[in-house]
Amino acid sequence: MSRTVSIQLTINGRATSLDVDTRVNLADTLRHVAGLTGTHVGCEHGVCGACTVIVDNRPVRSCLMLAVQAEGTNIETIEGLANNGELSTLQKAFSEHHALQCGFCTPGMLMTIESLLRETPDPTEEDVRIALSGNLCRCTGYQGIVEATLATAKTLRQEKALGAVAP
Amino acid sequence: MKASDFTYHRPSSAQELAGLLASLENAKVLAGGQSLMPMMNLRLLAPEHLIDINKIPGLAGIRRDGDVIEIGAMTRQVDVLESEIIAKDLPVLKAALEHVGHVQTRSRGTFGGSCCHLDPAAEQPALCRLLDAEFRVNGARGIRVVQAADWFQGMLESALAEDEFLEAIRIKPWTGSYGYGFEEYARRHGDFAIAGAAAMLAVDETQSITRAALMIFGVEASPARLANAEAALVGTKLPDLDVAIVTSAARGLEAMSDVHVSADYRSHLGSVMIKRALLKAKQHLTGSST
Repeated sequence: MSRTVSIQLTINGRATSLDVDTRVNLADTLRHVAGLTGTHVGCEHGVCGACTVIVDNRPVRSCLMLAVQAEGTNIETIEGLANNGELSTLQKAFSEHHALQCGFCTPGMLMTIESLLRETPDPTEEDVRIALSGNLCRCTGYQGIVEATLATAKTLRQEKALGAVAP
Repeated sequence: MKASDFTYHRPSSAQELAGLLASLENAKVLAGGQSLMPMMNLRLLAPEHLIDINKIPGLAGIRRDGDVIEIGAMTRQVDVLESEIIAKDLPVLKAALEHVGHVQTRSRGTFGGSCCHLDPAAEQPALCRLLDAEFRVNGARGIRVVQAADWFQGMLESALAEDEFLEAIRIKPWTGSYGYGFEEYARRHGDFAIAGAAAMLAVDETQSITRAALMIFGVEASPARLANAEAALVGTKLPDLDVAIVTSAARGLEAMSDVHVSADYRSHLGSVMIKRALLKAKQHLTGSST
C-alpha cells in the first residue's frame, strides 16, 4: 500500500518540503501538491515530453519519475524561467517566432531547449531537431520552435560576448 | 493513466535488496523507470511491490578492471554516452547509445535496466550480444556470471531469476587493428528501430580477417549473431570481403511481423543494415569508402 512521506528538495531555487504519496509521479506532485501547474501532463507514458522538467541539471520526463525519488534533488520547472515577471530570452523568442499555438506542449519544449542551450550554446539545426525529437507538438510543425531556439542561441552568445568585453 | 497501487521499497544495500527479492511476491525492481513506469502507468504491469534500487551505493559507474570494462547496472545512459572510457575502448557502444531514446529518457534510463527489460529493438543489450558481454548477477543464493549467449531467453525475458538482480555488465574491448560499424533504421529519431545491426572486423598485417562479429537486432525476438557468416569471413582478405554471404545469412533469420512492418520487410531491412554496418567496419579499417 502506498504511504505518505515527507521529502526535502529545491524547486526553482527555493528549498521546499513536500508530503508526497509514494505511488504518485513527480509531474502530478508538482501540479497538485506544489501548485506548479505549468508542467503539463500529456501521455503519461513518456512519449510526448509535455511534462519535461530539469532535475539536477538534466531534462527528465516527470511522469516517469516518482515524486519520492526527487528527495534531495534540484528541480527547475517552467515557472522558474521568467525573472520577476519578465519573460526569458527563450520565452520571448517563442512569442516572436510563433513557436506555439495551443501552448500545451510549450512548457516541455522550453525546458528541453533550456537544457540543450546550457550544454550546447551554439547548436546546429540538426542538434535542435534531435533534442526536440523527444517533445511532440501537434500544432506548429516545429519550424517556429527551431527558429526560436536558434535565434535564442544567437542572442545569448552575443550577450555573453558583450558581457566579456564590458569592463 | 496512473499506476495501480503498490508498496514502495527503497533498500540501501545489495544485501537488503537480495533479502527483499527473496521474500516478496509480485515485486519489480525500479532502475531508471523509462520502460517500467510507462508499463505501470498503462497498467500493463501492476506489481504489488516496487523495489527502487536508485539509492544503493556501488551499482552505478564505469571502470576498468584489468582488460575488462565494467559498467554498473545503474549507470545512466547519458553517462555511458559521455564516458571517456567508453569513447576510447568501446566506440561501437557509444555509436549505438546515440540512438537510444531521447535526451530526456537517457537522463534517467540505465544500461542495466535496458539489459533486463530486453526489448527486441533495444540497442544496449544488442551491443552486449555483439561484444560477448558477461552479466554479473547477485541474489540471496550468491553471485553468478551469465554469458551473453545465455542471457537472452526470448521476448522481454532474460536469464535473471525472480530472486536475482543484475549488478554489472563486463565487456572485454577488442584490441589491435579492428573496424566497427553500427546502423539502425527507425521511423523517427529516438523511436525503437525496426531493424538494426552492428559489425566488427579485426585484421592482421596481411589484411587477413582474424575475427568477425555480426549482430542484427529488432528482427528476431532477441539480437542474433550470424555465427556461420562470421566463421566464413575469418581467414579471407579484407579487400575481398564477401558481403553476399553476410546478407544471405541475415535473410535466414526468422523475422517478426507487426501491424506496421511485415516479416519480409523486416528481414530485408536487417540484411541492408548488416551490409551497411559491415561496409562501415571495412571503411573504418581501410580509411576509404569502397
